[in-house]
Parts: sequence; C-alpha cells; structure tokens
Amino acid sequence: MMEALHSLDKKIINSLQGGFPLCEKPWDVLSQQLDIPADEIMSRIERLMQDGYISRFGPMYNAEKLGGGLTLAAMKVPPNRFDEVTDCVNAFDEVAHNYQRDHIFNMWFVLATEKPEQIKQIIKKIEKQTGLLVYNMPKKEEYFLGLKFEV
Amino acid sequence: MLNERQLITVLQHGLPLISRPYAAIAEQIGSTEQEVMEYITAMQARGDIKRFGVVVRHRNLGYQANAMVVWNIPDDRVDELGGCFGKFEFVNLSYRRPRRLPDWPYNLFCMIHGHDRDDVLRNLAQMIDSCHVGDMPHAILFSTHCYKQRGAVYIHDQINGNDHLTNKSDIA
Repeated sequence: MMEALHSLDKKIINSLQGGFPLCEKPWDVLSQQLDIPADEIMSRIERLMQDGYISRFGPMYNAEKLGGGLTLAAMKVPPNRFDEVTDCVNAFDEVAHNYQRDHIFNMWFVLATEKPEQIKQIIKKIEKQTGLLVYNMPKKEEYFLGLKFEV
Repeated sequence: MLNERQLITVLQHGLPLISRPYAAIAEQIGSTEQEVMEYITAMQARGDIKRFGVVVRHRNLGYQANAMVVWNIPDDRVDELGGCFGKFEFVNLSYRRPRRLPDWPYNLFCMIHGHDRDDVLRNLAQMIDSCHVGDMPHAILFSTHCYKQRGAVYIHDQINGNDHLTNKSDIA
C-alpha cells in the first residue's frame, strides 16, 4: 500500500504527525515549511483521509486528564467461543480497539468511558454476559507515547 | 467567554480543512480565534491534548505487524527499563501496568511495530541487547487480527444535542 503514496503525501504525513501550527493561517506556515502550496496540502490531506491512511486530523486527547476512564483489558477466550465472545465485547460502544493476540490471553481490548467508574461496570457486564474473567490492566505509569510512523 | 467543554466537543470531530480553521471553530462556539488558539496551547501544555496533528492508520501505511511485548521486571527497576524501552523509535508505547497474579506476571508493556514479523523481532533483539534485559522473563504477543479500531468515548455534544462517538484517545 505504501507504493500508492506520493512523496508529497509522505512529507505531509511525517510533518503533521509531529504537530500542527497554532496561528491564524496555519496552512500558510506549513506551506512554507514543506514548500508545498497550502491548497495542495489541504486537498492531499482530504484525500488521505478518504483513502484511510489518516484516521483523524486534530487533537489526541488525554482521556484521564479530561475526566474519562481508560484501560486495557484482556481475556482468555476458549478458541471455540472466540467469534461469539468477540461479537459480545465489540457490541459495547465503550470498546475502542479489540485485538486478537497469539497467547492464552488471546483477546485484548481498550475500554474508554466518559467517567472512570464506568470501567468497572462495563467489565462486570462483559463478565456476566460471557461467563469469562476480564483482567483489568490500567496504565500505572507511561514512559513514552510516540506513535509516529515514518513513511 | 470560551466554554472549554464545547471546545473539546467540537475539536473531537477534527479541524476543518479551511484557511482559518481556528476562526471557524471559534464561530461554532461563540468565541474568538485568539481565544481558541490560546486554549489549545494551554491544553497541550497541561497534557490534556497529547498530540495535535494527524493520526495515521499504521496498517494502511505498511506497518503490518505489531507485537505487544510484556515483561516481568523487578518493581524497583521498572522505571529505569520502561524509560530505556521508550527511547527506541520503533517502540510506540511503554507502560507500567499491574500484574494479575497468578495468571499474569507481567508488569511492563511495550508495543513494537514493524513492516513484518521478522522486522518486529529484529527490533526486539536490538532493544534486548541495548537495555540488557536478556535475562528478564517476557512474552511476545503478536496481533493476529484487529476486530475494531476506533476511539470510543461518549461526550455529550452540547452544540448539536447528540451523543457522538469520539476519538478521545487511540490507546489506553
């Protein structure tokens, strides 16, 4: 899929992962930095979003600091029940990501709620509906958040 | 007066792709361009906004493989080694989490991305060598399937009176 990306697209993605100018005319600033016309940067971003390379253009909030609840949870799902349990878990709007991983703990999902106390309630609901234990593993310390992908 | 809650709600939909995006946001919430920019700056400084820019879908950009590598590290060395892991550009997060004994002995989690599994394993080998953690118990959990990838936090949208699914955060 990378081949489909124009070198200017790569330049824009690499630059914008690091931040976006906070001034009245941010595109003009960016245009000077990248040596690409402002209109072209905007139209390329629009297309990159449409094509699914970029999921969002804006802020990544810190849910806990804004008063929300956020955690990583894991389950040991019997392989023959995996699809059924996946459907059950994903039906909750509070489940943000759900990854299958090759381990006895084979289901890993992120729970994000508007209020911190809702995390425990959702976990209880999932345990009740599936009959399986949910292991709650909230972050205690963060050493790095990079999430920058060089393309 | 700028209503911070309103600003957060409007911004969660992303910035409009227009010449003066902050002015457009200000207009939506009855504030001024200057005030909106000042608030965003302050929210970044406080850490309420972790990053401001584009969020990429790494799977679509050629980073096909990711492994969650989990470690059982003595409590008094977690900070040191968590910091060491976090220095590598292929490590996208390095978090301390609680052990869940007896089933789950691991207390330090890092996410390693790569173009394929071999790439991830090469990166891991480099990290083990550099941080001298070859003797620390660990497990490598490759993802085999991504069933859902979207942020999902409800914030009541005071502007439109609707509840919106939002992208408050992409990782826990």
